[in-house]
Amino acid sequence: MTAITRPPDHPDAALRAEALESLLLERGLIDPKVVDGLISRYENDVGPMNGARVVAKAWTDAEYRRRLLEDGTAAIGELGYSGPQGEYIEVLENTGGVHNVVVCTLCSCYPWPVLGLPPSWYKDPAYRSRIVREPRRVLAEMGLELDDDVDIRVWDSSSEVRYLVLPERPEGTADLSEEELAALVTRDAMVGVGRVTPP
Amino acid sequence: MSELPVELAITGPAAPPRSNGEMVFDAPWESRLFGVTMALVEDDRFAWSDFQQRLIAAVGHWEAEHPDGEGYRYYERWAEALESLLDDLGIVAVETTDARAHALAARPAGHDHGDRGDHGDHGQHGGHGSGPAAPDVA
Repeated sequence: MTAITRPPDHPDAALRAEALESLLLERGLIDPKVVDGLISRYENDVGPMNGARVVAKAWTDAEYRRRLLEDGTAAIGELGYSGPQGEYIEVLENTGGVHNVVVCTLCSCYPWPVLGLPPSWYKDPAYRSRIVREPRRVLAEMGLELDDDVDIRVWDSSSEVRYLVLPERPEGTADLSEEELAALVTRDAMVGVGRVTPP
Repeated sequence: MSELPVELAITGPAAPPRSNGEMVFDAPWESRLFGVTMALVEDDRFAWSDFQQRLIAAVGHWEAEHPDGEGYRYYERWAEALESLLDDLGIVAVETTDARAHALAARPAGHDHGDRGDHGDHGQHGGHGSGPAAPDVA
C-alpha cells in the first residue's frame, strides 16, 4: 500500500489533510456543506446520550430489555439510532457476577450510532493491548475496582460486530424517570470501563 | 437521529459527546478528514468496509514498527488509510497529495484561510475547508 510506506519527510498531517480535501473539492468529489454537516452531526448529534437513552429504556421496560439483549441492532433502531458502524450491535449485560468491557484490538471499531466517535484512550495502543492481557488491572487504573469474584469478559470488536455494555442500574434509583436515569449513564459505563453511580 | 436542542445542555442525555469525556477530535484537521471520508462513503465512492480494511492495515503496520506505542495518532493512520485507498481507486494519487501539501506548506506566512468569505463556521474547525488553490500537478 503506497501511503503506508510514505517517505519520512512528508509534510505534517494537517497539511496533508488540507491538501487532500482541496484536491477532492476541486475535482467535484465532495461538497463542503455535506462535509460540514457530517462533522457537526458527529460532534453534536450522535453521541453517548443516544446509548444512555437505550440503557435507561432497558432499565425501565423489561420487554424492551429482552428485545435489546436478543437483537441489539433492532431494539436500538426502534429508538431511531442507526447508521455507519451500527449495522450489527450486540448488547452485553453486566450483572453482579459478570462485568463486560469492550475493545477493538485491530483498529478502533466502536458503535457510533449509540456512543458517537471513540475517545482517545479507546484508540490508544496501550488500552487496546493491555485490556486484553490484564483487564482487572487496567480497569482499576481507570478507576473501576472490581471484586476478585467478578468474572471480567473482554469483547473484541470486529468489522462485523460492535458491542454496547448494558450497565447495572444503580441502587436507590427506583423513583427516577427514564429521562433522569438516562442522565446518569456515562459513555465509560457503556464501554465497560466505568459503572453508573446514583445521583 | 436525536433532536438537537437550540442551547446544548452541558450534562444529561442531550449533552454533546464532548461533555461526556473529551472532544472526539484532537485537532481541527482530524474532524475535516473524518467528514471528508464519511462524505465519500455517503456518495458511494467506496465502501466503508474497504476503508476499514485499510485502516486496520495502517494501524497494524504502525504498531509493528512502534512496539512501545509511543506517539500514536489515530487520525494519522486514518489519513494513511484514506490516501492509500484513494490512490488505488485512481481518485487521488498519493504523489498528488504530496505535491499539494508541499505547495500549501510554501504559502506565505499570514495567508488568510477565510479570504473566500464563505467558510461559515469553518473558523472553529481551523478553516481548512477550501484554502487558496495551489497548483495541481496530478
